[in-house]
Amino acid sequence: MEHKPFAITLDVGSSRANHTGSWRSERPVYADHLPPCNAACPAGEDIQGWLYFAEEGRYREAFDSLTVNNPMPAVMGRVCYHPCETACNRGKLDSAVGINAVERFLGDEAIRQNWRFAKPSTQTGKRVLIVGAGPSGLSAAYHLARRGHAVTIRDAGPMPGGMMRFGIPKYRLPRDVLDAEIARILDLGVTMELNTKVDDIKAAMQGFDAAFLAIGAQLAKRAYVPAGEGARILDAVSVLRSMEGAEAPKLGRRVVVYGGGNTAIDVARTARRLGAEEALIVYRRTRDRMPAHDFEVEEAVDEGVMLKWLSTIKHMEDGKITVERMQLDDKGFPQPTGTLETLEADSLILALGQDVDLGLIKDVPGLVSERGGIDVDPGMMTKLPGLFAGGDAVPAERTVTVAMGHGKKAAANIDAWLRGQIFEQPAKHTEAAFEKLNTWYYTDAPHQVRAKLDAARRVDGFAEVVQGLDADTALFEARRCLSCGNCFECDNCYGVCPDNAIIKLGAGNRYRIDTDFCKGCGLCAAECPCGAIDMVPEQI
Amino acid sequence: MGYTPVKFYQTGTHTIGNRLLPADARTVQSDDDRANALSCGHRACQGCGEALGARYAVDAAMRAVGGDLVAANATGCLEVFSTPYPETSWQIPWIHSLFGNAPAIATGLAAAMKAKGKATRVIAQGGDGGTTDIGFGCLSGMFERNDDVLYICYDNEAYMNTGVQRSSATPPAARTATTPALGAAPGNVFGQGKDVPRIALAHEIPYVATATVANLRDLEAKVTHAMSLHGARYIHVLVPCPLGWGTASHDTIKIARLAVETGLFPVFEGGNGDVTGVLKIRAKRPVEEYLKPQKRFAHLFKDATGAATIARLQAIADRNIARYGLIDPAAEV
Repeated sequence: MEHKPFAITLDVGSSRANHTGSWRSERPVYADHLPPCNAACPAGEDIQGWLYFAEEGRYREAFDSLTVNNPMPAVMGRVCYHPCETACNRGKLDSAVGINAVERFLGDEAIRQNWRFAKPSTQTGKRVLIVGAGPSGLSAAYHLARRGHAVTIRDAGPMPGGMMRFGIPKYRLPRDVLDAEIARILDLGVTMELNTKVDDIKAAMQGFDAAFLAIGAQLAKRAYVPAGEGARILDAVSVLRSMEGAEAPKLGRRVVVYGGGNTAIDVARTARRLGAEEALIVYRRTRDRMPAHDFEVEEAVDEGVMLKWLSTIKHMEDGKITVERMQLDDKGFPQPTGTLETLEADSLILALGQDVDLGLIKDVPGLVSERGGIDVDPGMMTKLPGLFAGGDAVPAERTVTVAMGHGKKAAANIDAWLRGQIFEQPAKHTEAAFEKLNTWYYTDAPHQVRAKLDAARRVDGFAEVVQGLDADTALFEARRCLSCGNCFECDNCYGVCPDNAIIKLGAGNRYRIDTDFCKGCGLCAAECPCGAIDMVPEQI
Repeated sequence: MGYTPVKFYQTGTHTIGNRLLPADARTVQSDDDRANALSCGHRACQGCGEALGARYAVDAAMRAVGGDLVAANATGCLEVFSTPYPETSWQIPWIHSLFGNAPAIATGLAAAMKAKGKATRVIAQGGDGGTTDIGFGCLSGMFERNDDVLYICYDNEAYMNTGVQRSSATPPAARTATTPALGAAPGNVFGQGKDVPRIALAHEIPYVATATVANLRDLEAKVTHAMSLHGARYIHVLVPCPLGWGTASHDTIKIARLAVETGLFPVFEGGNGDVTGVLKIRAKRPVEEYLKPQKRFAHLFKDATGAATIARLQAIADRNIARYGLIDPAAEV
């Protein structure tokens, strides 16, 4: 018999024999909630997902993750109005994460290092026609090509890019960046037919299994402005388009722009760069009602663009414009006051919105929407089976990002349709609300403001206004992500469990609950910084 | 404090680990190979602060001395829930003692190791009852002789194991089984009790510190520093008790954090009679935020008569803030 110490009759046992997990009435469950940035992104990007790689400096993986949803990060990192940043939970803590700037950094890094997309391993043999080489067309082409379909893009213009090239000024989107990202999409095997206008969609669809209309909204809306001798009246779409031609448009010394949207701002800033001493925007309502984004208005004002609120243009003649003062009524609509004044102007540019040129579908009945543009169902398909549409041509907010999202969504639906199926949108995860975060664990950190070129210098030319982040600042910015609702492996749950009931599965593999010993106290869920653990009642 | 904060923007150094930090900047607790000195299957209540604090502290001590460690344990919750005969949750050599003599047992252990020529280090641990009341004579003796022991007190502010009776660490106004929320001055009386960390400091021993389960990095740095020294050392860790304090089991760390952020529990370190460093308050909170979630203070919020008592508790917090300089005027931006 083994010798035992005095008064000891049993061997030492481990408390591991005591399965305290039986006390539990709730169990912790690791969840992936939908971060507000992702929820807000019109292009459906998994922003938290690619920031996860970026914050480790794994930029290639971040790029690959990002481009699952959006093939043009360098463009988007410049022209997107980033609703993700408006939604960012960090905005409630110090200031929103500069998602757009990090996206641009990744896009620029991809161009610098010549990163390419993986080609599909098999071809489906299906052919898809895309009409229009703008953002929605290119996005759809990319997503369809990656699914193994043969894609042909036809565009009436001499160069691809649509409004990204013919609408957005160079100082916001340098053309070498645009060209590089388009080339990367075409590199997947997409056929591009330029200077090829499609006049009849049914005829054009011969030989294709499906088609996607991404024709944009190219027709400038006109307002009747009575004009006398020597009045020079242009529209903003034509002015911005002619900037891509050999000869810059002649606008004169004093330019008046009529309208309050982003296009009005773009054209006024372009006029300043073309040498106009005065660029004045005339708008019917007040600044807070302007559809243009605040930061663009601020940049324009910095550059010397002037704004005149509550005014309509009555008449133009001989270098003189007559405007009438307006007043907002109770409902916020501008009403004339009868007070007139005269402005000196060499030219008047109308920036009053755009319409869709529906010529190519005039022979197909029932495709036009009551709200203007082309009518599509929730799967982006028109009434004509196999014909889909998206971007500015369908009724929706008209931004590059929305168009990119349309392209992706249409591609998913076209792909399903080609296989005789219906695309089912996966159920959305519940949103990771700010209240679910334990913000104690996050450090306050200042937002990295992108350096802006000196306002006085930038009106001299078309150099890019907003500068990018460098490697250090991009990493800093990426690391400000709170990772809302998604585990980022901070080890808090593993540390705070009083019962050692959390098992670490190694880098990148997160954790597992040991239900033999978890008592269900909920400390892991309460102390999870990012709200990625839910307490779920046990089934009894 | 005794460690350098790493400037890291996502979570700073507040989280336990984080994959983005170099391994040496993570805590002992984030390590897959931590000692887990107090293992699974112990019978502590859900969300027990003491079970958590004990593992935090002893794992750090184990790391600091390379695993060559022995512990003496005073009777109390910690002992009862971890060692029902014949089971044990302890993954280190561990010796049971009486309620009142853990410091003396540890003194003997240290003397024995010295006599045998061994480098094995000694810690002793107990709750506030075993430390500030029953074992206080032995503790003071251990300090006075400067025996080579780190004594760790897990303070949950009452005798929880026997049914929540008042100890000399119970705060004023708290309801316990022996200080009921009845009469003109409900709960524990003001002006009684002991401030053992300050008493320890008065013994002029090499190291004295306070800590909580809400700041692991601070706690680990203090234990690690304490184990680098010899002689009598004392660390006093605030460990909320969901059962005795009447709090939700998931709020244990939050409550400890509020104790610090209100100023009611000053976190400092020192030695040889002087305070040498304090953990600054990050965002000062009013004492109500700390008191309200705890049922032991519920009587303060029943009607308007509690306001005067709350004001007295706030005065204690404010006095701590002033006495230890818990708010850095330069950091208030």
